[in-house]
This record gives sequence, C-alpha cells and structure tokens, in this order.
Amino acid sequence: MSQDTAVAMLARMESGEVTSEEIVRSLLDRADRERRLNVFVHLDPDHILDQARAVDRKRKAGEPVGPLGGVPVAIKDLLCVRGEPTTCSSRMLKGFRPPYDATVIERLKAADAILFGKTNMDEFAMGSSTENSAYGPTLNPWDESRVPGGSSGGSAAAVAAGMAPLSLGSDTGGSIRQPAAVCGVVGLKPTYGRVSRYGLIAFASSLDQIGPFAHDLADTALLLKAIAGRDPKDATSVDQPVPDYPETLDKPPENLRIGVVREFFGEGLDPEVASAVQEAVKLYEKAGATIKEVSLPHSKYGVPAYYIVAPAECSSNLARYDGTTYGHRAEDYSPKYPGEENIAELVRMMMVSRAEGFGPEVKRRIMLGTFALSAGYADQYYNKALQVRRKIRGDFDAAFREVDVLLGPTSPTPAFKLGERTADPLSMYLSDIYTITANLAGIPGLSIPCGLTSQNLPIGLQLLAAPFAEESLLRTARVFERATDWHTRRPQSAG
Amino acid sequence: MSLSNDDVAKVALLARLRVSPEELATFTGQLNSIVDYVAHLQEVDTEGVEPLAHGIDVRNVFRDDARGEPLSREDALANAPKRNATGFLVPAVLE
Repeated sequence: MSQDTAVAMLARMESGEVTSEEIVRSLLDRADRERRLNVFVHLDPDHILDQARAVDRKRKAGEPVGPLGGVPVAIKDLLCVRGEPTTCSSRMLKGFRPPYDATVIERLKAADAILFGKTNMDEFAMGSSTENSAYGPTLNPWDESRVPGGSSGGSAAAVAAGMAPLSLGSDTGGSIRQPAAVCGVVGLKPTYGRVSRYGLIAFASSLDQIGPFAHDLADTALLLKAIAGRDPKDATSVDQPVPDYPETLDKPPENLRIGVVREFFGEGLDPEVASAVQEAVKLYEKAGATIKEVSLPHSKYGVPAYYIVAPAECSSNLARYDGTTYGHRAEDYSPKYPGEENIAELVRMMMVSRAEGFGPEVKRRIMLGTFALSAGYADQYYNKALQVRRKIRGDFDAAFREVDVLLGPTSPTPAFKLGERTADPLSMYLSDIYTITANLAGIPGLSIPCGLTSQNLPIGLQLLAAPFAEESLLRTARVFERATDWHTRRPQSAG
Repeated sequence: MSLSNDDVAKVALLARLRVSPEELATFTGQLNSIVDYVAHLQEVDTEGVEPLAHGIDVRNVFRDDARGEPLSREDALANAPKRNATGFLVPAVLE
C-alpha cells in the first residue's frame, strides 16, 4: 500500500476498500522502520491519525470530501503550519511554531489532505544535498551512501521511499527538480507566481516557488491543481485561471515542437545521464514530435548570476533573525574576540545569536549577499547580475518562439556520495547548472524519471516551458510517461 | 578582485554575524573563490540592458484598504525568546 499513487489511494478509499486511517497507519509504520533515512524532522502520529479519522468520518457519513480526501502529503519544513514546529532545518528556528498557516497549507486542509509531517531540507533551503541540515542529512532511498539531492531532499525521499504518495517542496535554483531527479520521482517547479508563497519562509523572494513531488504525472497534476492560483496575501501571485490539469493530462499535445538545449550537453555531464536523455529525445521523435536543436547562449552565466541574486535577497530576508522577537537568542553575548567590546550590547546579542543559530552555508550566503549589495560593489555585482538575468530570460523567450517545450537533463550526475561536495561550495553549486536558469527567468520546469544507471541510480529528464504553460508541460511529459515504465520503478528497500 | 580578512570582517559586522578568527580565514578563502567565479559575469555585454528583478512582470497590485484580523498579542509574543506579559524584552538600546 505504501507505494500506491495518490490516485490509487483515492479510488480505494472511495470504494470503501481502505480507510485513510489504515493508509496513514501503514505509512507511519514505514516511516518508523526507515527512520535511519532521516526523512522527517517532525512527525506527530497522533495528530496525523486524528486528521485521517476526521476525513474517514466525513466520507462514511456521505458528506462531500475534498479532492485530496484522506491522502497524506508530506510538507517541507519551511512551510508554516499553525501551531506546529516549522524550523527550516535550522537551529535558528528550533521550537518555532507559526501563528498562521501558509496559503498552500490552508488549501491542502480545504482539499481534505492529511498533513503528513515536516520533511528534512538544507537549512533555509540553501544547498543541493540536504547535508546542510541541523538535523543531519537525509539518505537517498536508492543508495544510502548517497545524498537525496536538495534542498527539498526530505520531500523527494519521502515519496521515493513510500512514506507519502505526495509531498510539497520549494525550488529556488533547482531544489525540487534536482532531488526529484536523483530520487527517481516527479518534481514540478511551477511558474513564478503560479502558487502563493504566503507562509513560505523566504530564502530568495524573486526566485522561490512552491511545487509538488509525486510518483507520476497524474498525482502531480492533482496536487498542483489543489495549490495553484491567485492569493490576495501574495502580491506576486498572478491572477490567471488555473487549468484543470488532471482533466487535460491525457490529451496528447498537437504539433509538438521540442527543443533540445545544446548547452545542457556539455562538459561535466555524466555519459549515462546523457544517453538516457538522448533515448527520451528518440522517443519523442517516434511519437511524432518535431525535434529542434536550440541554443540558450547565456546558460553558462546562470550559476554566477544566481550566486549574486540569491545571496543578495537572502541577506535581506534573513536579516529578520536577530534574536529579538522569535528564533534563537544567545545566552551569553559578552565580548570574546578583539574589538567586540566596542560593539553595543544589543548588536552583540544579534551577532552572537545569528552566529549560533545559522550553519556555515547560510552564513556564507548572507556574507556574499551583504558584500554584493555593499556600497561600491552593488553596481559591479548585483546590478550586473540582474542585467545578465534579463539576457537569460531573453534566451528563453527566443527559444519559445521556435518550440513549445525545452528538453535536457535535470542534474548533470546521478546522486553523489554523502560528503563528496561539502568541502567545496562551488562544486556543490554546480549541481544546479541545468535547473537554475528557469528560476532566474521565472518559467516552469519539470523533472520526470527517465532511466537508471548501471549502479541502479535514478536519472531525471527536465522539461521547461514558457510562463504559465504547466498544462502543456505536463501533457508533453505524459507522452513519455505513457510509453515507458520508469515512473513505476521503486528503490529495492521500499519494496 | 581579492577580499582580505579585514574586508570579510567588515562584511560580517554589516551582516551581524560573529566570526571567530579561524572562521574568518576559512570564509575569506571561500568567498574569494566564489567572487572570482561570479566575475565571469563581466564577460557579458550588458550595455543598455535593463536589469530584471522578477521573472514575471507584475506591477501595482492594489487591494481594498480594508482592515483584516490582526494577530493577537499573545500569538505575536508566543515565540519570543524573552518577554513579559505585554512585550518583547531586549538588552538596553539607549545608554
């Protein structure tokens, strides 16, 4: 039961074959048996069982049940859930319980979903391996010596390991798509503005977007529909109608034109990943799509532009954690290092609280962003990065005049070993080389399973589309999914 | 360009982060390699290019000037590291 899709679970609950309570009990058992994977940072079985019983009662009484009625959804630990621990996997927010629900959480509740625990992540969503977590890394269910990707590694692993059929993550530079790829599940980053960010604890506000993880596209469409749409509480959420994604999923796109991105097949791409993606291109060709080679000439500037823009926004967003109104406050902030006696007590309290509360990657990015915005450097770094950002967006606009969907690998390599990239921040940053430009441009991106390496590690296929073309993205991906069985593969441990 | 330990110490103070002398040395090395890497941006000709702050253009979003439900004082204070019955407690701001 634990490896069922959400659609299958719904059918079995509707027919009376199982109850939501039985489903969540089985998943809680599984999460308990697989504790060593370190997927959840907070899991409250009693609260989960209460939610499940409430939906079961509704269903039994013949009352209307929401579109996710009784389906467990695991939640990345940066989405605010009223009264429940929400920590961003950081010491800074240890014990923090938000006074309100994120809009996506309100929508899940309204859809009668079961909020199934908070998942591990890189601290404040900064990282590509879930190793930057104050709770220790999550292990990849396919190979426990490897990372699950990041920053939404816990949400990807929860689905891969059969602990929840659905989960929510956030994607600022690839944090949904890259973990989805290396955990062998589907992950979707919607268009910037498609899903409300209200109650998402901010990392880089012009890049962050919430999106679903699932085993397959039907489940992805179901969850996207539940969370998408304009929200008055997020002024950047866009007032555009939300298509009925599940309804249109099986309509094959007509006159499909696919662009294969030349720059996504360069140096550093693992040969097994390259050949799996080439197989996908052949499949689309056989299915009747027009295949075109497309160039995004500014792609190679994506990572450098991102590592100015994202840290700049992060340094501003994370200034709020100063130990005054919530979050960690140091016990002892008396002067310790030379010169500190000249710093006002209140400022010292903030400096020491932040030093104790944040891990090294968060500190690095705050300092990098502070530097990039500082007097004398803002033009050279920040404004330059924003100009390059427009060039990157221009590349995509030009490409989407020629083709409907762009195709390439999601991650240049399969899951890497724990500890392999922690010593060198730059090598970690390059994990996101193919995903990062979509965030800078604001366009939607999807990763679907498209193969396994000789070492039995999942490979992800990335599809990108123009703003608000999620429907076409899902339908295009469905052509591949229908013709292959990669989405049905599960890690051996999850059998 | 190259950042010195002193430059990074200044940035750390601006960012309100205490760094130990050992951390300072590590961060200086790491920040220098990142800054060298992002310097590739200078290769791009951006003459006359308008900076892009958001991928999706949204401007002037208005709402009615209507009062909503505010957080209760107790909700607002519930996560305070130090508080009394009515407010947050911090070290003295004025000498």
